[in-house]
Amino acid sequence: MVAVKGNNEQQQEQENQREEYRLLVESVKPKHNILKNCVMAFLVGGTICVIGQLFLDFFISQGLGEREAAAVTAGTMVFLGAFLTGIGVYDQIGKIGGAGSIIPITGFANSIVAPAMEYKREGFLFGVGAKLFTVAGPVLVYGIITSCLIGIIYYLLQ
Amino acid sequence: MLKILLAFVVGGLICVIGQLLMDLTRPSITPAHILVGYVTGGVLLSSVGLYQPLVDLAGAGATIPLSGFGHSLAQGAIKAVEQKGLLGAFSGGIESTAVGVAAAVIFGYAFAVLFNPRS
Repeated sequence: MVAVKGNNEQQQEQENQREEYRLLVESVKPKHNILKNCVMAFLVGGTICVIGQLFLDFFISQGLGEREAAAVTAGTMVFLGAFLTGIGVYDQIGKIGGAGSIIPITGFANSIVAPAMEYKREGFLFGVGAKLFTVAGPVLVYGIITSCLIGIIYYLLQ
Repeated sequence: MLKILLAFVVGGLICVIGQLLMDLTRPSITPAHILVGYVTGGVLLSSVGLYQPLVDLAGAGATIPLSGFGHSLAQGAIKAVEQKGLLGAFSGGIESTAVGVAAAVIFGYAFAVLFNPRS
């Protein structure tokens, strides 16, 4: 009788612990506040685009054509994204900005530098060389395939 | 000044769409899906003529998000087809994005070798 009671108490205690653990997990788990995330994505993404616009206007004022200026702006933003990733600042921007830091071309640069830096110890071929393209690879593969298909369709329709 | 404001608003909104896609489908759509989706989406929107008006309106607000990279790929391919025929379909996209891609490889490589991860 005593033993059974002891079992019940044990079970009760285990359940209490489980409940406590569940509450602890709930409290520690990051909350996905969609509205706040969207506002931050808007502000950070918008700000990065404004920086791009300032560079674009500057390069146009230096006498570059619109297409060249856009290409040089893209290169400049890639440089900034790669540099900020290297010194560990882009991670912080990413924590605040979410998609606002992923979608601009600086985020593309971040997706190139971060894994390559991380896997450097695996060597310069399969570490840096391969991991540069962890995300950039799929982006280029699907981007190039789609644009080639569009070109072919355009050729056939001409 | 209006141009800057438009770049901010349009660029910001393009990012909000991505944030919503990630938050509402978490965890099935990852940042990698977003980047690939934006480039592919940019190519498709551009090819039916819907992305150029956005670029005209918002400038860098439309070209800095990765969908602008897709736009550049598509316009490169289409323009090259007009000039060189079928060969252009294969060369145009890569040619028009060459600066961005080369910059990404060169600077990406340099900073990955130069710096070490923080944590």
